Amino acid sequence: MLDAIVALIIILIKIIVIVVPLLGAVAYLTLAERKVIGFMQGRIGPNRVNILGLRGMGQPIADGLKLVFKEIIVPSEANSYLFIIAPIVTIAPALAAWAVIPFNHGWVLANVNAGVLFVFALSSLGVYGILIAGWASNSKYAFFGALRSAAQVVSYEIAMGFALVVVLIAARSSNLQDIILAQQGGLWHWYWLPLLPMFVVFWIAGVAETNRLPFDMAEGEAEIVAGFHVEYSGISFAIFFLAEYANMILIAALTSIFFFGGWLSPFEGIPVLGTLFGWVPGIIWFLAKTAFFSVLFIWLRATFPRYRYDQIMRLGWKVLIPVTIVWIVVTSLAVELHVGPWFS
Amino acid sequence: MYNWLTDCVFYVAAALLVVSSLLVITSRNPVRSVLFLVLCFFCSSILWMLLEAEFLALVLIFVYVGAVMTLFLFVVMMLHIDLEKLKTNFVRYLPIGALIVLGMIGLMGYIIAPEHFSLLAPAHHGADYSNIKELGTALYTHYVYPFELAAVILIVAIISAISLAHRGPRGRKSQDVPSQLNIQRNDRVRLVDVPAEKKE
Repeated sequence: MLDAIVALIIILIKIIVIVVPLLGAVAYLTLAERKVIGFMQGRIGPNRVNILGLRGMGQPIADGLKLVFKEIIVPSEANSYLFIIAPIVTIAPALAAWAVIPFNHGWVLANVNAGVLFVFALSSLGVYGILIAGWASNSKYAFFGALRSAAQVVSYEIAMGFALVVVLIAARSSNLQDIILAQQGGLWHWYWLPLLPMFVVFWIAGVAETNRLPFDMAEGEAEIVAGFHVEYSGISFAIFFLAEYANMILIAALTSIFFFGGWLSPFEGIPVLGTLFGWVPGIIWFLAKTAFFSVLFIWLRATFPRYRYDQIMRLGWKVLIPVTIVWIVVTSLAVELHVGPWFS
Repeated sequence: MYNWLTDCVFYVAAALLVVSSLLVITSRNPVRSVLFLVLCFFCSSILWMLLEAEFLALVLIFVYVGAVMTLFLFVVMMLHIDLEKLKTNFVRYLPIGALIVLGMIGLMGYIIAPEHFSLLAPAHHGADYSNIKELGTALYTHYVYPFELAAVILIVAIISAISLAHRGPRGRKSQDVPSQLNIQRNDRVRLVDVPAEKKE
């Protein structure tokens, strides 16, 4: 009994150690987004709330405080129970998926064999929050947003799943740590090279799955105001926001795990650079890769216009899924024939 | 070591499963029924996880909860279901319904009887035991023909369902993407030289 309680407390502490920095990262990713887009559009971005003389560094805290103290308005015709529960359903899988993410060798909350499946299962749960929010709001715009989002997520999930199947075939394991260890040996041994089409497919599907531009049909400000969360205010809106950004960081982390060697150093095995960067701890590499892909989300948003709805469906079903099916065959052959430095 | 914890998880998940499956059939709102069914799947996936069937548990979540139930919800949300109309023929269909329920209960009783279905806990395996590997080996060696057969049957079912429901392009304004992408500036823009008008 006592050792069970101790184990429970240790797990809780581990969860706090993961989730608190994650929420901090989410808060500052919103600032990074505004700053980067401001830079790309020749503006300054938020620069009024200063911390330690850094302009704009307090902006996420100010925004958070503002949202916490705002009133939560429940529309009179809404299904109030589901209306309140929808943001919770959205954020829970976005945070729970971090349980299996390895930050460094052995630094993982749950080192499960079915890690890839777990992540995939939880990412497929995220759509429920959007569907419930859209339906419970009892508003036409919210409902349209929810339906668009559901169709989009279900379509892109197939492409994403097939891309993950290819990674499983290549690594011969569905444990996330084993997948990283299978990519050992420097930049050219990572799976982005042999699985390049899968990397692109996974990334596009990830952007679509998180409902980010250019695939943010669920929100589509110009067409359906703000989509599924149009009726939400205050902290319930903020939770949708948090979940979206936590999902972005999650997809960025997964991309770096599946295709860019997770915590592995890019200079492994290279004569001079390898020893020069040998002291850098793995978590720094992992965080650097994750940060790069998080910024890539913002970069995409500032660069591309929104897709038209029928083109989104066409891209998902007629382009991405055939590519993944072809690459399953190619990778299976490569693994069977022990091609190159990757599958020997 | 965590017997006490797993027991807690089991009882909570099992109770939630029973309550939510009751609510599936008793709630008046069809969308709520579907959402309770999702909760049912989720709880039974937790139970499977406790039985160390992690592959099946996760597949249940991402196939049934993630894809099938999303589409279900999608359809149910758009349907307008009139409960009064559904109730009108309740008495007329009651005998057939009761017969089907009795048959199902009999079948369940036969299958879950002790001689077919033991209540013993499955053998406990170490952390290096991979459920997925075992399942894959069984499916692709001993059961490869039934497995392939099931796949073929599913394909046939998909194709027949599509061919039954497909109506062909009748009055549909479909987009021709290649021609949209190959559009040139000259196809869309026409420069017209408008002579300036003299001011009176």
